[in-house]
Amino acid sequence: MAADIADHAAEPVLRAAPGPLRSFWISFSENRGAVFGMAVLAFIVFLAVFADWIAPYSPIDQFRDFTKLPPAWDAGGNWKFPLGTDALGRDTLSRLIYGARVSLFIGLAVMIVSVLLGVTLGLVAAFSGGLVDTAIMRIMDLIISVPGLVLAILIVAVLGPSLANTIWAVTVVFLPRYVRLVRASAMGEIGKEYVTAARVAGVRRLRLMVMTVLPNCLAPLIVQAALGVSEAILEAAALGFLGLGAQPPIPEWGSMLADSREFIRSNPWIVTLPGLAILVTVISINLMGDGLRDALDPKLKRS
Amino acid sequence: MVMFFLKRAALTVPTFFALMFLTFIAIRLVPGDPVEVRTGERGISPERLAQFRAEYGLDQPVWKQFADYVWQLLHGDFGTSIVTNERVLTEFFQLFPATIELSFFAMVFAIGIGIPAGVVAALKRGSLFDQALMGLSLTGFSMPIFWWGLLLIMLVSERLGWTPVSGRIDLIKYYFEPVTGFMLIDALLSGQPGAFRSALHHLVLPGIVLGTVPLATLARMTRSSMLEVLSEDYVRTARAKGLSPFRVVGLHALRNALIPVVTIIGLQVGSLMAGAVLTETIFSWPGVGKWLIESIGRRDYPALQGGILLISAVVILVNLTVDMLYGSINPRIRHGR
Repeated sequence: MAADIADHAAEPVLRAAPGPLRSFWISFSENRGAVFGMAVLAFIVFLAVFADWIAPYSPIDQFRDFTKLPPAWDAGGNWKFPLGTDALGRDTLSRLIYGARVSLFIGLAVMIVSVLLGVTLGLVAAFSGGLVDTAIMRIMDLIISVPGLVLAILIVAVLGPSLANTIWAVTVVFLPRYVRLVRASAMGEIGKEYVTAARVAGVRRLRLMVMTVLPNCLAPLIVQAALGVSEAILEAAALGFLGLGAQPPIPEWGSMLADSREFIRSNPWIVTLPGLAILVTVISINLMGDGLRDALDPKLKRS
Repeated sequence: MVMFFLKRAALTVPTFFALMFLTFIAIRLVPGDPVEVRTGERGISPERLAQFRAEYGLDQPVWKQFADYVWQLLHGDFGTSIVTNERVLTEFFQLFPATIELSFFAMVFAIGIGIPAGVVAALKRGSLFDQALMGLSLTGFSMPIFWWGLLLIMLVSERLGWTPVSGRIDLIKYYFEPVTGFMLIDALLSGQPGAFRSALHHLVLPGIVLGTVPLATLARMTRSSMLEVLSEDYVRTARAKGLSPFRVVGLHALRNALIPVVTIIGLQVGSLMAGAVLTETIFSWPGVGKWLIESIGRRDYPALQGGILLISAVVILVNLTVDMLYGSINPRIRHGR
């Protein structure tokens, strides 16, 4: 009986206003570019997750009899290696597929760490005010004053080049924008009545921060986080290209490009493909990010 | 007005101090003995080690070391390169004009194409041109410029043979002492026929590569800023008054639409410096970016430390200048918080 009533009650409500997820999807799917970006990204994620089954070879296996092969459709190509091989005879297709895993991992790791740190620091700054706020924001100002890649280079030069240090370096570079964003939107919310009401009702500070204020700051944060993934991938690839990122034999797209630089004249394919992989990934994430912005944050909607 | 300038300038003082602290700390975090890190020597005898420790002040307490470091910096002593034994400041200013020249050309390229393209796209909103430009802008914005540089070298330099692959001028044909450090100007001053042409030839491709991301950003910004302004009342009034479309767009709309765009141009300096590191590395362009990367390869930590400090200082100063210029144009910024 009770279930019956619940069913009847739920139905008209659903018809009247679509749930938050559905209404999000309706405005997100209006943007064809965003849907396309999401589809391409889903494909890349699929490749990255199932790389062990999809890639024809291990990314570090060297086939010394087949070095610097062009793609199979080009003169001198071999269908055993559809996209050719690099200078050490490693299969380019396999390296690109495993490279997707590396790049997406870096992008996601940077995003998660910097969002967590950024939300914490931003909320603390907004709620504490005074000296704590000033201290946090001054440090963020300092980080911003150093050009991103230059700061990342300094950090990696000091800590030594590795995949983990790449993630740390890029995280530090991106941290200020999350802190500033969260602080600014939290400050906007703190003065509102519902927060005062919660405070008067005796809600503890931590709960006030995380449960009351944070959910209302999420929309711009999600957009920033999505776009942050693509920027992190680019930044990490640039570090890799400079020899300061993931170290060989890890199949990172940026360092693959660096390895191939000397063959620019003789084997243009080896240079072209890793860069194309970076570009396609970054574009698809950016397309999706634009759609997210339109759907979640009408204020930021670009004309 | 003067108060605004002073206040704004005073705000950068703590940033400079924090920056000094950052580079001071950074070099201490390098694994290994600090003397070895700084002299580049390994397995030094204990006597020499003690001598170096005293010489570098490493036997002093840390706060004293930092105070000495700041004191040195304020006197223009940014340390001495381990590799070339030259003062870091001297090296930096020898190389910096090359970076300025490259960045300047990149910005001219980006502004010269980005702003007109953005305006046209806004005027013909939804047209094929608009859609194509927005697509290209997204691509440019997402471009790994180190790859873009390699692609252009492959296509323009290797395949077509239009431009040289690296360097600033054809050193075999032309040689002259640098006067200003800007190759284009020096080439003109040298009076050697063809020198200017050769310098320009070397500059075009790296300039385009470095200018690609700013171009994409500017085109997009100009377009949206223009669209916003075009829907304003005063533009409608100007149209209703019967002004020619050219006057409406050129005189009324464009001037206001460009205000945010000018700010963006100023704010590009930081990303230009970051882009210069990559572009200079690809094109063997002898500027501060390439020098920075080479210092890491050579473990030349004093050069790295000084170089990063100087590059960041330049960025802070340029941003400060942009802020002040902006404040003097736009009173709303001046009187706001």
